[in-house]
Amino acid sequence: MSLQVEIEKKLNDKVLSVSFDTEGKQGITGILGASGCGKSMTLKCIAGIETPDRGKIVLNGRVLFDSGKKINLRVQDRHVGYLFQNYALFPNMTVEENIAAGFKCRPGQKMTAEEIKRQTADYMELLHVTELKSSYPGKLSGGQQQRVALARILASDPEVLMLDEPFSALDAFLKEKLQLELLELLSGYDKDILMVTHSRDEIYRFCEHMLIVENGRQAGFGATKEIFKNPGTPAAAKLTGCKNIEKIERVDDHTMVLPNWNTTVCVKGMIPENTTHIGIRAHYLRLPENGQRENLVECQNGKILDDPFELVVVFEHDVWWKIPKESWQKEYQEKMPQYLVIPEESILYLHG
Amino acid sequence: MDFSPVWISLKTSVVSIIITFFLGLWAARGVVSVRSTKAKAWLDGLLTLPLVLPPTVAGFFLLYLFGAKRPAGIFLEKVFHYKIVFSWQATVLAAVVISFPLMYRSARGAIEQVDANLIYAGRTLGMSERTIFWKIILPQARPGILSGGVLAFTRGLGEFGATAMIAGNIAGKTRTLPLAIYSEVAAGDMDTAGKYVLIIVAFSLLIVAGMNLRGEKKR
Repeated sequence: MSLQVEIEKKLNDKVLSVSFDTEGKQGITGILGASGCGKSMTLKCIAGIETPDRGKIVLNGRVLFDSGKKINLRVQDRHVGYLFQNYALFPNMTVEENIAAGFKCRPGQKMTAEEIKRQTADYMELLHVTELKSSYPGKLSGGQQQRVALARILASDPEVLMLDEPFSALDAFLKEKLQLELLELLSGYDKDILMVTHSRDEIYRFCEHMLIVENGRQAGFGATKEIFKNPGTPAAAKLTGCKNIEKIERVDDHTMVLPNWNTTVCVKGMIPENTTHIGIRAHYLRLPENGQRENLVECQNGKILDDPFELVVVFEHDVWWKIPKESWQKEYQEKMPQYLVIPEESILYLHG
Repeated sequence: MDFSPVWISLKTSVVSIIITFFLGLWAARGVVSVRSTKAKAWLDGLLTLPLVLPPTVAGFFLLYLFGAKRPAGIFLEKVFHYKIVFSWQATVLAAVVISFPLMYRSARGAIEQVDANLIYAGRTLGMSERTIFWKIILPQARPGILSGGVLAFTRGLGEFGATAMIAGNIAGKTRTLPLAIYSEVAAGDMDTAGKYVLIIVAFSLLIVAGMNLRGEKKR
């Protein structure tokens, strides 16, 4: 299993440029980025729906695209599975016919009508859609449509499975249940899987490796948990959900000034020399202990977003603070703090 | 009253819609698949011209091509010993040329509105372009294509200018309803003209309203 991608494509106002290789990487590879950053375009280029301006795409040793050698296989000859955001089921065909359509076009393999019927039944069973076999897609819920679309893709026996924002069309209360179902289903799948999403939660839950795309540019590729722990760049930190990203001026190995927050932070460890920003996740800011005077940030004019189980407070100068409701009531007696501490162990050193 | 214009009109419009329907569909599919936007714009303009120009201009071009001493006319005469000008077939030729843009434009619009993801999905599943057209695009575009067909049919039924120029106005042969109305009025017989008018109005209304009702029922 390997998918090598190294492509460049000019989009309206930016240049998409990504390069990664799934060789030897286990599990699902995620592509994380904000809407319109070019992550879906990357999948479309791999599928052959869009053509990159330059680059190379190699799937399991088969060259799908190579601008240097002028190779550009037709979509039909690439054998890629693409789960579209809206699932793209054929509205004029029943569930059974939709799935059978996948079998009918298997590469280099002509199946008899009987065989197709039998295998379609098997796949409907596998994805729990047997009762829906005579329904038309318009009558199905989002989750059902997703399962039918997956069955249809698996039926076509692709060499790579690409999921384009697989949960964005689903109701929030259904999402987690379906995510569990999909995780279970895909856990035994032995082909490469790529998943595009703008949700850091989905990436964290599904993907062992991730690629970060920021405005068309690749801002990181590696093990997901590593990147969340140490994002490296401000862009990656932002996309992994870090709310506080502050420019710093490094004074010496242990001291830095945060001009925007109007404070100085001293740490025991070394501040890497190339650090330009630091990130502090909003959950990690906490109350100063008695008499603590160092590494404080002033909190003024807090604006509150009241969530069911936590409080999001945004202070002046864009200081983001998140706190579980329980602590808010017990430790703070629902009073706004005047200062919060930046704990050293929570600082992410960033550059770029 | 002479009923031959009614039969001639019916025959002409039925035969011409069959030709127009497939020709328009074929042209629509062709134009949709043209990649260059410039080529597409010009090609579309050319195919739409018969709709926006006066029918007499289309008639002029037809005569210019098919006239007895013109290339296509000479070819037909030499090879098939057949003269199209002032024949019944000329009424079909005129109706096809004039009604073609309506069919082509409706079909093109309907095809272009099909969700592109459905087409991409077909391709990633390995379907051939032909299968995609017949099994996915056509069923999705059907309502638009059918309504284009109805419009083209009624337009063909009402064709006058180009027909008069290439097929003439020969009673019992090429005199369609619109020509018959003109001839009766010219001869001062308003009563007979009125009857022809009634027939063509009732028939066209029936078809267009019928199409609407059918569409409503589907919804």
